[in-house]
Amino acid sequence: MTLVPRHLSRLAALAALSLICVAGAAVLPDDRADLFYSTYKGGGMDITGESVLVRKKFSENFAVEANYFVDKVSGASIDVLSQASVIKDERKQKSLSVDYIHDKTQYNVSYTNSTERDYISNTTHVSLSQDMFGDLTTVSLGFTYSHNTVGENDGTANVPVISWLGHATSRSFEGGVSQILTRNLIAGVTVEVITDQGLLSNPYRSIRFLDPSVPLGYSLGTQIYPNTHTSTAVETRAKYYLPYRAAASVSYRYFSDTWGIRANTIELDYTQPVSNKWIFEGRVRHYSQNAATFYSDLFPFAGSQNFEARDQNLAASTNNTFDGKVTYAFAPQGFLIFKRATASFDVTRITFKYSDFRNIKYYNDTPAGGGYLPGTEPLYAFDAMVYQFYISMFF
Amino acid sequence: MRASLKLVVVVGGLLSLGACSIQPWVKPYERDRLADPIMSWDRDAISGAYLDHVYESREGSRGATGTAGGGCGCN
Repeated sequence: MTLVPRHLSRLAALAALSLICVAGAAVLPDDRADLFYSTYKGGGMDITGESVLVRKKFSENFAVEANYFVDKVSGASIDVLSQASVIKDERKQKSLSVDYIHDKTQYNVSYTNSTERDYISNTTHVSLSQDMFGDLTTVSLGFTYSHNTVGENDGTANVPVISWLGHATSRSFEGGVSQILTRNLIAGVTVEVITDQGLLSNPYRSIRFLDPSVPLGYSLGTQIYPNTHTSTAVETRAKYYLPYRAAASVSYRYFSDTWGIRANTIELDYTQPVSNKWIFEGRVRHYSQNAATFYSDLFPFAGSQNFEARDQNLAASTNNTFDGKVTYAFAPQGFLIFKRATASFDVTRITFKYSDFRNIKYYNDTPAGGGYLPGTEPLYAFDAMVYQFYISMFF
Repeated sequence: MRASLKLVVVVGGLLSLGACSIQPWVKPYERDRLADPIMSWDRDAISGAYLDHVYESREGSRGATGTAGGGCGCN
């Protein structure tokens, strides 16, 4: 582990000490209930998501939020398909979060359990945020610990056999500052350092290496990852209230890790309300990353390096997102116990392009596969469509 | 090590300043626009967390997005 987490925990202790004498009051958000449905289709995968969220204040200082999320996955991504295993799975995620406010300090504790047939994750998160400098500045600090159990599904359609392979733990240290700059402009910066230990490779993905002894000219083998991983992400963002009641925001994130990946994300958002019933939003996002140092699409032979990966997430890639969303206040005056209610529909298109990850599912050395020699197959690319529909009721 | 101590002192000092009475240059009654729901960073928590999970399952990077969750997205 690096020294960074120890420094951050010192900072957290110092911050907590320095905040004790500050007076004032922060406010918890409104009570709400959400019903959510989503579909994702792209890259050989179909995923539907259903979720329920309820948030309730029990006093002006104390609120509880509960969320239940179910993801149903069918199909598999290209590198999993290359091993001819199609998998159906369901991920159930339950989380409980508690907020407490004392003066200008807000404390949050949350616990999340996520269970799939082949992956179990338990996450605990604690954070505090503090308003200061006349409530123009909010400083927040957070810590997250996650323990994951990693397994492999053999792909048998009805009664799959799961082999439990090992564990991975993750610790995250997060700090952020949000600052009101003018009566129309707010900006913020967030830093998060995450360290992982344990079984970090994806068991469904394989390396490939040149093998002249087989007709295809290559064979697949087991990935070997380092068992530690530390990453740092810094995001800055700003949001501006335009003169005609609309909002525009920009954010930029820089990411680097000990596996050699450097990534940049830039995002622009625009929000336009129309009357008191409609809100239209548009978002564009551009993402790019280079490859991990131990990634290769095609290794010269098995065991040619200490660590070997051919996970598409570690390949050099770019993706672009175009997102449109409309929110309609169908009960602006409220009904039953609800003060107001809205329905939202969100359409997102994401185009993924890889610059060193090749499509070996549909192209190969055979005449039917286009006669491509190993390492000359077309680069992989795919488009994903994400649809979200949800109803939010505020009470 | 020395650099990290400096960082602790600087950040600790800044945080301690929170107890001082600095006059806000944007008065509370001037914050009506900032309080408009369209100025919220994350109006819909489920949707934001869901899209973060979509990206995190398909990209090599992670973090600094303000969401804590679980799951693999391995397939």
